[in-house]
Amino acid sequence: MPVTVRIPTPLRPLSHGRDSVQLAGATARQVLESLERECPGMSSRICDERGELRRFVNLFLNEEDVRQLNGLDSPVVDGDILSIVPAIAGGAPGFDRALLGTRD
Amino acid sequence: MLILDPGAETAMNDHTESGYPREACGLLLGRFTAGTGMRRVAEARPAANLNLERAADRYELDPADFLRLEQEARAQQLEVVGVYHSHPDHPSRPSETDRLRAAEVWQDSESWSYLILEVASGRVASRRSWVLKQGVFAEEEIQILPFRP
Repeated sequence: MPVTVRIPTPLRPLSHGRDSVQLAGATARQVLESLERECPGMSSRICDERGELRRFVNLFLNEEDVRQLNGLDSPVVDGDILSIVPAIAGGAPGFDRALLGTRD
Repeated sequence: MLILDPGAETAMNDHTESGYPREACGLLLGRFTAGTGMRRVAEARPAANLNLERAADRYELDPADFLRLEQEARAQQLEVVGVYHSHPDHPSRPSETDRLRAAEVWQDSESWSYLILEVASGRVASRRSWVLKQGVFAEEEIQILPFRP
């Protein structure tokens, strides 16, 4: 049984509407490489130009954040679930003015 | 267009008003119909705001809550179709911080709504919803109608 990758709703146009994809690989990184072959364009939404997880993207291996494990080099086994979880954040306009010195 | 179940509307109002004067956030569970741009929300579920230092004017939705709520949605044959958050004593339009953080995660979010509630003096004063298109927020219409699977 391969590894299941859960795709968040806004990235599903890249997975042809599928909410999960079954892929092979020995590490999270290898599974993401397989994901890119299966769903071209996905990798750039998840990883930066250095091939590491983007700042505002989390990857969970089953219930654990891979950053708390061995990052993208965390080993995976058949039956594992990798979930792509966006880091959703924002702020009220007052924060912009304080941070950016701009009017909103 | 965003179609909110009345129960989801009440849940969001209660959550954001009880959280005042801190920002509250949560996820919208429902169904997205591709091609129509229509998101139908069955439930609004609270999530933790991890930004405790700037909770009055900033939120950071707990990724563990995202994972848990996405699993719960899946179990109900639903999906996460958006996020809501409050702007305590500020208008219900996206801030530049909202836009920058959204654009960093998604370029476009046709399947995803950003719902903002203005909470003024502890009461929801306005509510507007937005969709990210090529890195820019466009407002969408909101209707209150019972969710039908």
